[in-house]
Amino acid sequence: MSLDPSTVAHSPLTGRMAWDAVPMLHDPILAVTFAGTCLGGLVVLALVTRYRLWGTLWRDWFTSIDHKKIGIMYMVLGLVMLLRGFSDAIMMRLQQAIAFGDNLGYLPPHHYDQIFTAHGVIMIFFVAMPFVTGLMNYVVPLQIGARDVAFPFLNNFSFWMTTAGAMLVMLSLFFGEFSTSGWLALSNLGNQDPGVGLDYYIWALQIAGVGTLLSGVNLVVTIIKMRAPGMAMMKMPVFTWTALCTNVLIVVSFPVLTAVLALMALDRYLGMNFFSNDLGGNAMLYVNLIWIWGHPEVYILILPIFGVFSEVVSTYSGKRLFGYSSMVYATVCITVLSYLVWLHHFFTMGSGASVNSFFGITTMIISIPTGAKIFNWLFTMYRGRIRFEVPMLWTMGFMVTFVVGGMTGVLLAVPPADFVLHNSLFLIAHFHNVIIGGVVFGVFAAITYWFPKAFGFKLDDFWGKVSFWFWLTGYWFAFTPLYVLGLMGVTRRMSHFDDPSLQIWFQVALFGAVLVAIGIAAFLVCLVVSFRRREQLRDASGDPWGGRTLEWSTSSPPPDYNFAFTPVVHDTDAWSDMKRRGFRRSERGFLPIHMPRNTGAGVVLSALSTLCGFALIWHIWWLAAASLLAVVAYAIWHSFDRDRDYHIPAEDVAATEAARSRQLDHARVEHVHV
Amino acid sequence: MSESIALNHADGSPVFLDTEGKHHPENGTLLGFWIYLLSDLMVFGSLFATFGVLAHAYAAGPSGGDLFDLRLIAANTAILLLSSITYGFAMLAMLKRNVRATIGWLLVTGMLGLAFLAIEVYEFHHLVHLGAGPQRSAFLSAFFALVGTHGLHVLFGVVWLVVLCVQVGKWGLNRTTTRRIACLSMFWHFLDVVWIGVFTFVYLMGVL
Repeated sequence: MSLDPSTVAHSPLTGRMAWDAVPMLHDPILAVTFAGTCLGGLVVLALVTRYRLWGTLWRDWFTSIDHKKIGIMYMVLGLVMLLRGFSDAIMMRLQQAIAFGDNLGYLPPHHYDQIFTAHGVIMIFFVAMPFVTGLMNYVVPLQIGARDVAFPFLNNFSFWMTTAGAMLVMLSLFFGEFSTSGWLALSNLGNQDPGVGLDYYIWALQIAGVGTLLSGVNLVVTIIKMRAPGMAMMKMPVFTWTALCTNVLIVVSFPVLTAVLALMALDRYLGMNFFSNDLGGNAMLYVNLIWIWGHPEVYILILPIFGVFSEVVSTYSGKRLFGYSSMVYATVCITVLSYLVWLHHFFTMGSGASVNSFFGITTMIISIPTGAKIFNWLFTMYRGRIRFEVPMLWTMGFMVTFVVGGMTGVLLAVPPADFVLHNSLFLIAHFHNVIIGGVVFGVFAAITYWFPKAFGFKLDDFWGKVSFWFWLTGYWFAFTPLYVLGLMGVTRRMSHFDDPSLQIWFQVALFGAVLVAIGIAAFLVCLVVSFRRREQLRDASGDPWGGRTLEWSTSSPPPDYNFAFTPVVHDTDAWSDMKRRGFRRSERGFLPIHMPRNTGAGVVLSALSTLCGFALIWHIWWLAAASLLAVVAYAIWHSFDRDRDYHIPAEDVAATEAARSRQLDHARVEHVHV
Repeated sequence: MSESIALNHADGSPVFLDTEGKHHPENGTLLGFWIYLLSDLMVFGSLFATFGVLAHAYAAGPSGGDLFDLRLIAANTAILLLSSITYGFAMLAMLKRNVRATIGWLLVTGMLGLAFLAIEVYEFHHLVHLGAGPQRSAFLSAFFALVGTHGLHVLFGVVWLVVLCVQVGKWGLNRTTTRRIACLSMFWHFLDVVWIGVFTFVYLMGVL
């Protein structure tokens, strides 16, 4: 169903919103999804009400400007959206496994197009980005010995803007439709596509992009200005280094996305001619601009994950990371190079041999610093006392999988080969190879690694391993067939095939997707089981893995203020150094701690922005103007609020720290008994 | 880091905790604002690049040479550059802790900003009236997008400036207001620099 402006009346009150814009009235799949979502939502609301959690949810979480809570909320957002994004994935796998010959499958092409678009958009913007941002939010201040980020309110605001974008994408499921133009809207057809789908895309990403950009500024300033005394740049933990590079990339690349989406909006809303086919517009300009953002974006996702693997490998090998400074320089090299490769996404544009050679070579050069990193991890493991805990399993799964993805990437970087493989399933297999094998495995490693820090108990080992093995095998079953199909010339985004000899490969891929589904389910089971066994899995020491960096010097979970006294750093592995040289906690002489105060302003601004986005999508002009004015007015009003901070009294700090001392003593006694 | 913190005790053993509370991270607002300006510069960079690609895509319509009235734009440029100087006077008054002069110079700056916007609106209106609106050609789309985005920034700056004047009037020159005036100062000069680029690449080179 697509909205045609000639048939859809425009009402001054409701814009192009009308009953026939609600697709679930004609589409049973959406009706069932809607019913399921409503039911699930009602159950959650009922449980929250039943256990009287509204107050604590609002006071301690939604309005919280504590970087740790915001980090956890990002992770929850990522996990919820992972379920949505994966539902899209398995629907596509099912469709492609059955839609051969006379069988048209169960998804009409228009619906199928929305699904692959939503899958890409959700997985990148609302799964991978929240996961990565959440990890950096939680871990970076703890690793650098800071009490919060540089701009705590801005942090809360950023989170809610990201959530607002996710909300708009979810709304498109039930009101109107989503974009059918792929995750980068490359076939956006300028102002010629009249549906609301592309407008959902524009405003969801535009609003979420504001959040991402501000969180990038925030973390750069945090890392530059708020490191503990003694922590020179070359003594920062590697995860913090990768976070710094990632946020620099965010600050420099997301504005390009903002600009290009704004230009596309001008084309669509005001009939301008940037990317149209007539009056001088240039569609390839769009492709260039979006990839100038899009290529750094993939490094924004993977760099912090490289940091995660560095922390995990050195912790579970019980060794200092091999080649710290080469790791840092490799990260910085990748940061710079990621700006010089965007054209490899469209060698077929026809820019000529010289231009294609330049971008082909820069692309291949990136594999050098990346390869250096792989060797650094291997040499860290070499002659280490390796413990095969779950995060280490994910890391090793990553190393095997990612190297293959990297090699197919180098293959695609060769322009003549790319002319054959462009937009084929080989490409799909390649980027899932690096994103699943890299980002997703890394996120699970990170969650398992830092979970005890965030919640005070470890995740259950057995279910963690189940999840890992199903994900790993599932990945290989799902995407190896796509490499084969791509080499045979099958292109991406097809909802139906004629050649029956291809079907077996798609059936194998579906089997792989089912294995991944079991992997995801096992992870959810792992969360539930671990919560129920939390007393056995309790981490009283605050340092369950024998960690090396400062976050492990705090209690699990850390107090609101993170550190009663700011640590003084002497070494890259600051906490290892402290343990080795006989560090003693200070148990008296506490001082009042200056902290920022919670505020609901982020929630309000983000709700108003969602409203504004929704009104723009549906051309409800009065509402768009009113909510935009409300955003400005509220922001001005908020700037008059001066009651933004408070001091935690020294007695409260002393009480918290005394409880911590008792916990540590108790843990030591228990340790002796065992 | 406000005071230097010794890494070792007098006896040579390492110091692991700042037990005297000497460590106060510097306020990062100015650095943060610089980084924000960098990102805004990337927005303008994208718009300049777009203009660069589409600068001759007239679609058989009017070119810059046909449309631009350089004398008007030169006058507008002078107004905006002058507003940077008056903002500088506001900063000097702020450093002398003179509340009234600070507000006065800020208001003069705001008036110049409004004058700039008024001339820009007149110019846009005139172009649309001639049939050279943003829909006419890709060149004009890029022109209106770039110049209009700059104009929207100036408008935002004027709103911010009014809010700041109210806050300075209410609270005087405290840490919060001086920090905000310094940020707006950077923003205002930044817009000037961008305008110099617009004047050169869009108007002067468009008429050449």
